[in-house]
Amino acid sequence: MKTDSILEKILASGQLAVTSECGPPRGALPDKVREKAQLLKGYVDAVNVTDNQTAMVRMSSLAACILIKQMGITPLLQMVTRDRNRLAMQSDIIGAYSHGIDTMLCLSGDHPSFGDHPMAANVHDIDSVQFVEMVTTMRDQGKFQGGEKIDGPPKMFVGAAANPFADPFELRVSRLAKKVKAGADFIQTQCIYNIDKFEKWMEGVRERGLHEKVYIMAGITPMKSVGMAKYMKNKVPGMDVPDDVIKRLAGVPKEKQAEEGIKMCVEDIQRLKEVKGVSGFHIMAIEWEQKVPEIMERAGLLPRPQF
Amino acid sequence: MITAEQKPMKELVECVRPFQRILLAGCNECVTVCAAGGRKEVGILASALKLQFQAEGKPIEITEITLERQCDPEYVEELVAQIDKVDAVLSMACGCGVQEVARRYTDKPVFPAVNTKFMGASERQGVWAERCQGCGDCVLGLTGGVCPVARCSKQILNGPCGGSTNGKCEVSSDTDCAWQLIWDRLKALGKLDQYEENIPAKDWRSGRGGGPRKIVREDLAS
Ligand code: SF4
Repeated sequence: MKTDSILEKILASGQLAVTSECGPPRGALPDKVREKAQLLKGYVDAVNVTDNQTAMVRMSSLAACILIKQMGITPLLQMVTRDRNRLAMQSDIIGAYSHGIDTMLCLSGDHPSFGDHPMAANVHDIDSVQFVEMVTTMRDQGKFQGGEKIDGPPKMFVGAAANPFADPFELRVSRLAKKVKAGADFIQTQCIYNIDKFEKWMEGVRERGLHEKVYIMAGITPMKSVGMAKYMKNKVPGMDVPDDVIKRLAGVPKEKQAEEGIKMCVEDIQRLKEVKGVSGFHIMAIEWEQKVPEIMERAGLLPRPQF
Repeated sequence: MITAEQKPMKELVECVRPFQRILLAGCNECVTVCAAGGRKEVGILASALKLQFQAEGKPIEITEITLERQCDPEYVEELVAQIDKVDAVLSMACGCGVQEVARRYTDKPVFPAVNTKFMGASERQGVWAERCQGCGDCVLGLTGGVCPVARCSKQILNGPCGGSTNGKCEVSSDTDCAWQLIWDRLKALGKLDQYEENIPAKDWRSGRGGGPRKIVREDLAS
């Protein structure tokens, strides 16, 4: 075991791990964090806390992680390269680990032009591959990125993202290989709606044996309505929502679309469970956290393993 | 080359307003090529400013000159003949030229008439695009001759990110995804194996990270 992370323990045991997500509030409202996290308590193994998601200012991921940790829930610190240089990132990583946060996700982040501070400078001192390498070097070699020794290295279980649906498709397995090479322990994928394409990507992943070097957690987001599906298809870069998904949601009356969305998401999980190399799920129920227990129940993912 | 765009007329009028006699100085290099501050643009801007102040009933005197290179002290020296006859200089050169004039003529106000934009190339008639950020440690040999520092919106050295769509960048469908270009080029070169070599974190000291930069060539320095 490289770390004390619960997520690592579950994944290493060969059981399907499940994470979910909590977006911190746009203000100093700690109770909002607690409310959201409470909905997930006991139903998932760790809760991703997003870092200025969609380039909008929110309570810092680290602060919200600490609040969640105090509730006895395992937080998963997300960090983007957009807002911090390597000094700030490393100090926050040490800080997080000092608060017992031992699992994190290294991302580049949405571009500022998508958010509410499009005038902000974007940092991008390092990229997500270099970020993964930096954190694994801190952990395994006890060294800062600059080369100096760390007194008390943070033992982070390190995740990265993969989007099998972005272009060009033909390099998407290679891009994963780069993150694996950098030392990524686990991967959380972009939301999967096009399962055929995901399976094709996984085929490439298995051909290279990458699924044996990194745990792949399949990203799932239930659709609340046909409007949401259309928005995701047309407005979110790198999102692949097939027409079938939209048709199916459009085929039921408006008030039944949410239920249909949950049903589809449960079916997707069932199908993805059968895909060799899928080690777990990352359920991002955006502002719909209350549905996570039901999804978990219906997908046969409860109870969660205890360690 | 260095690209530039003329500042809005309104801004130029306001910065010239306090003065009676203006030296409008163009440059024969980059800004001529990108049609922002060469001899032709000097002529057009001079007429426009004269007309504007004429209409306001406060005519101004504008002396036009276009130097060979405004970033070069040798040519900036040529302004000596005019400088005492004007109240201010409006420079149509890039920021380097403006600063060279300011450095040489310490008691003369100098204003930029253009916004200096980027180091770029001409994509087609009338269109210029950014190509280089002068990071001081060129990676083009690793990336198939396409610069991820200047051309990827997130400066990703191991791209592409998850937002690349149909060859375009997630930030704008008018912008090519640098990493799509890099991939295509490596493929054409038969060098796809190079893609999986992780490019290490950059040492930005060779760029702006190390503070203002200077090149000293001992063999040439006097
Ligand atoms: S889409 Fe391409 S160019 Fe745009 S940020 Fe992502 S990798 Fe860079």
